[in-house]
Amino acid sequence: MTDHENAYSGLVEADSDARWAFGTGFDDPLAGIDASVPPGIDGGRLAAYCLVLGDDSLVMAQRLIQWCTRAPELEEEVALANVALDLLGQTRLLYARAAAADPSSVPALPDGSPVPAEDRLAFFRDPAEFRCVHLVELPDTDFATAIVRLFAFAAWRLALLEALEGSVDPVLAAVAAKAVKEVHYHRDYAARWLVTLAGGTDESRRRTLDAIASTWPYLDELGRADDVSSALLPSGGSADPRAVWSSTRAVLDQVLAAAGVPEPKGAPAGNGDSAGAGPGGRDGRHTEWLEPLLAEMQELARAHPAGRW
Amino acid sequence: MSLETAGDVKAEWPPYEVFVRSKRGLNHVHVGSIHAADDEMALRHARDVYTRRNEGVSIWVVPSASITASSPDEKDSFFEPSGDKIYRHPTFYDVAEDVPHM
Repeated sequence: MTDHENAYSGLVEADSDARWAFGTGFDDPLAGIDASVPPGIDGGRLAAYCLVLGDDSLVMAQRLIQWCTRAPELEEEVALANVALDLLGQTRLLYARAAAADPSSVPALPDGSPVPAEDRLAFFRDPAEFRCVHLVELPDTDFATAIVRLFAFAAWRLALLEALEGSVDPVLAAVAAKAVKEVHYHRDYAARWLVTLAGGTDESRRRTLDAIASTWPYLDELGRADDVSSALLPSGGSADPRAVWSSTRAVLDQVLAAAGVPEPKGAPAGNGDSAGAGPGGRDGRHTEWLEPLLAEMQELARAHPAGRW
Repeated sequence: MSLETAGDVKAEWPPYEVFVRSKRGLNHVHVGSIHAADDEMALRHARDVYTRRNEGVSIWVVPSASITASSPDEKDSFFEPSGDKIYRHPTFYDVAEDVPHM
């Protein structure tokens, strides 16, 4: 404690970059890490898988950030922004891993452009090149929708990350281990709110049930086996979507029961049976909401392809 | 969290005061206030608002209504008398080198 005028400033180390979410220097997030692809793993497949995981967290983060200045309480706004920043941090690491595993996955820019690989992947790919699931693309029409969607996403993401801690790629395993702690809080935050809203007033319960009814059909995609993760599964690099969904489902059921919410209609079977299902986000087919979201996010970076930020 | 019935709904959450202990700190320091519906939510709001930049390893939250504060009107009688009692400051002693936190 050196600053007696401002107790709060005494808590932070004035000269440390730790107070900034990503530090003040936007250097390679994998600097100092051995990013070579382990033997037995195909670099291209590993990169494609890391892009899939990063696309989910990037688009979810962008959706959550849209709550800034709109959240019902200041504290909730900060909480949602924190979650978004955590997911953005995961995206950086995953994109950097993809770029290191397969440099050809990174969009080309004019010679001499200083834009780093992770930014090229975020800002210079078109919607059809993204592989995020539809769940993260959905617009939040009210706070209940945001909570229900975040809860489902975080429960699924946590199960996925826990499985990826055992990936044979040590970089992906380390990224997952770091992210598990973050997403654990996200899931807890959303689950608490879901139970509170479902047991609150008639209005909050009605909105919560509506949000569950409109969100649940999109969970069907989460338990499906997709080409990208299937390609990497035999070598031990990816997680099995069906096993991950099975763990997710148990958590969803537990929290819905605690909230006194009946089993939603149209709940996915969770058996990984994709027969009859149309192409999804993992196939590059998206909802109508992804394009405007990306357009807003990418506009500035695309206007300055040689810009330094 | 406790579930409220419709007749129990309040327009605003009550305020809480937040105290954070830093990694190097020995005591909890008052950092600000937040609003929350109950104690558990207050703790989480304090975490989200006041420890985003790795400031703390421990948080206390206290309902603001539980704090009894001294009155500005009594400032003189409360604090002035101690202003000229230099003998209350242990400045006439040499502190041994090995004694920390003095």
